[in-house]
Amino acid sequence: MSEPRDEAGEVGRALDTLLGTYPPGTTEPKEFWGAQFDAGLAWVDFPPGEGGLGVSPSLNELVSRRLGDADAPTWNRTANILGIGMGAGVLAAHGTREQRRRWLRPMFTMEEIWCQMFSEPGAGSDVASLATRAVRDGDEWIVNGQKTWTTLAHLATWGLLVTRTDPDQPKHRGMTYFVVDMRAEGVDVRPLHQITGEAEFNEVFFDDVRIPDDQRIDDVGAGWRVVMTTLMNERVAIGGRTVPRNSGMIGVAMETWNESGSGDVGTRRELARLWGEVEAMRLTTLRAAENMRTGVPGPEGATAKLAWASLNKEVTSFTVSMLGLEGALIPEGYTLEPTTYDTREVERVMSPQRAFLRARANSIEGGTSEIMRNILGERVLGLPGEPRVDKDLPWKDVPRG
Amino acid sequence: MLADTVRSFLEATVEMDSVREASLARGAIHRPAWEGLAELGVVGLHIPEAYGGAGYSFVETAIVFEELGRRVVPLPLLSCVLASAAILAAGTESQKARYLPPIASGGCIASLAVFESAHDLSPLATRAVPDGDGWRLSGTKRYVTDASRAEAFVVAATTGDGVGLFFVQAGADGVTVTPTPSLDATRPLGEVALDGALVSEDAYLGGAANGEALRSALDAGVVALAQEQAGGAQRCLEISVEHAKSRFQFGRAIGSFQAVKHMCADMLVAVEHAKSAAWHAARTLEDPEESPIAVPLAKSVCSDAYVYVAGEMIQILGGLGFTWEHDAHLYFKRAKSNSLLLGSVDSHRDRLSDAIGI
Repeated sequence: MSEPRDEAGEVGRALDTLLGTYPPGTTEPKEFWGAQFDAGLAWVDFPPGEGGLGVSPSLNELVSRRLGDADAPTWNRTANILGIGMGAGVLAAHGTREQRRRWLRPMFTMEEIWCQMFSEPGAGSDVASLATRAVRDGDEWIVNGQKTWTTLAHLATWGLLVTRTDPDQPKHRGMTYFVVDMRAEGVDVRPLHQITGEAEFNEVFFDDVRIPDDQRIDDVGAGWRVVMTTLMNERVAIGGRTVPRNSGMIGVAMETWNESGSGDVGTRRELARLWGEVEAMRLTTLRAAENMRTGVPGPEGATAKLAWASLNKEVTSFTVSMLGLEGALIPEGYTLEPTTYDTREVERVMSPQRAFLRARANSIEGGTSEIMRNILGERVLGLPGEPRVDKDLPWKDVPRG
Repeated sequence: MLADTVRSFLEATVEMDSVREASLARGAIHRPAWEGLAELGVVGLHIPEAYGGAGYSFVETAIVFEELGRRVVPLPLLSCVLASAAILAAGTESQKARYLPPIASGGCIASLAVFESAHDLSPLATRAVPDGDGWRLSGTKRYVTDASRAEAFVVAATTGDGVGLFFVQAGADGVTVTPTPSLDATRPLGEVALDGALVSEDAYLGGAANGEALRSALDAGVVALAQEQAGGAQRCLEISVEHAKSRFQFGRAIGSFQAVKHMCADMLVAVEHAKSAAWHAARTLEDPEESPIAVPLAKSVCSDAYVYVAGEMIQILGGLGFTWEHDAHLYFKRAKSNSLLLGSVDSHRDRLSDAIGI
């Protein structure tokens, strides 16, 4: 019998060395992240050499707690969320070893920003109906079409892209997934101004864009499988982060209440109710993280996404109400500016009014709340699906509009 | 392990039909279940071995309550937990050695008699006045769980020196117990009238500050109740989903309609949140920093979740859910009653507000 591996001890020692050698207070974030990656502490469940130590994913929680305690920079996870939160999981599950070695490290250090291109003007909730075409040409693919609601496309080096490669197959079968160079010829990124006036999102047009075949992820025709992995990672990244108590908008709501000097019992109880709901949600993500064995998020990630979307809308709306007439103003005003994602912006605290407006997207982006409820109903609770008229028809024969 | 043992015992022992029947007999206890659980040592799990219990942390008791909640069994375990927690917190060594072993064995059903008004705890009108070598108690305790089956009560009374807790035999002179028809007949409430009831000096639990002891007993009760609420809510979700899969209308299982499916998904979220809040409170009950947050959090989150999920269950069941024959009403009544017991949701939100600094 070999000694059982002391995984927690191993991670603990690696953290000691990292924090000892690269004190967060005096180390440049990029250098720290590089060292963190090389120490196998980017995603501990990934293989050694690819940002991990090959240990249980539940130990990622230990890393984020220790780094939080040490005030180490962790905002790369939010600033490069499409890469670190989603792309990495996709490469782990579907990429080749070469692809992981090429892309993971600069992704983690923020030297290369990532974006994700699924939604199209004609494919929102029904992502699988997408129409962007990729046609094979020797060792390359030629892409034509349009994607929309692409976060960070204007800053990204790489994009996760799903395309239609076989229109004669039913919609779920004829798709292929790529990583595309966002600076390649024929890629045109245009800002999409949103409810707050900012442009976090973009429209991306592809006009005969060439992608080398070694940037294909998984098999030709296997795109939907990769999409599912991406979306499950996305739900966890959006709703399922384990965060400290009182962080985010509930903390802003508490400050707003305390600064208001109001003694209204009803308002205080409503705030306590919301605080309790947010805290119960936070405890649920902690419980899920403790129970997570495989590293691949399951459909239950939809619970966190669904709960977070509705609570964030409630909390921000309640906070603006607590402001009284001040809530009828918006300190930032409206300027049609593209969002930049340097440190200052990521750590920026929006006004409650702006957060209130931004929150309307929470139940739409990353899968609408209606889609989340379908996932929970069908994949967690085992309820039967709706009858589908398009499931077995060739994609080209399905009505669109 | 413990959860599996208790669950399979209850499934083998408690027919839901017998729960419904028991609920018609005021103050009924499901005797085979009670005796079986006592034999398994479940009643005294949280009581130290020195006093006849098993000496576990409160987490084990919490596990049992989650299972009991799944079957709404009429059992006086909550009452016994409240009374024994009060004795543990307030009694002297010799009082604990005398009063706790019969409760731990399931032989003596005891309850906590504290509430008088429908809306809050204090000030207590029940008075304890020194009389010779003992105390004379006067006042009326209401909403006492399992009152008509209890053989003893821990009674909270004003001594003139703050709150005092007294161990009072149900059959003592001057003690009159009257059952009150209860919304949740599986956990019947009653009145305990004390008309100058005389108790010995030794009945006054003199080991610790009684006001704090009462708070900690109520907190233990809230945590037990929260687990029961989480377990009950989980069972309501299961009943709803089973029905949504097997009931066909318009040629389809009704669970394939998004209107029904989405209700189930929202119920799932509420159930998961309730479980998380309840578990957190059970794990931190002994932590003086965290329990002032975790206890009222559990009470308010689990109360809202159970009431909501039990109500949605009836809607999903349709007419069937409105019948006496279906189990749904047992859960629905338990859910509402639990939300009102041991301090209202609002009072717990006020405690929570104080604890989190808003």
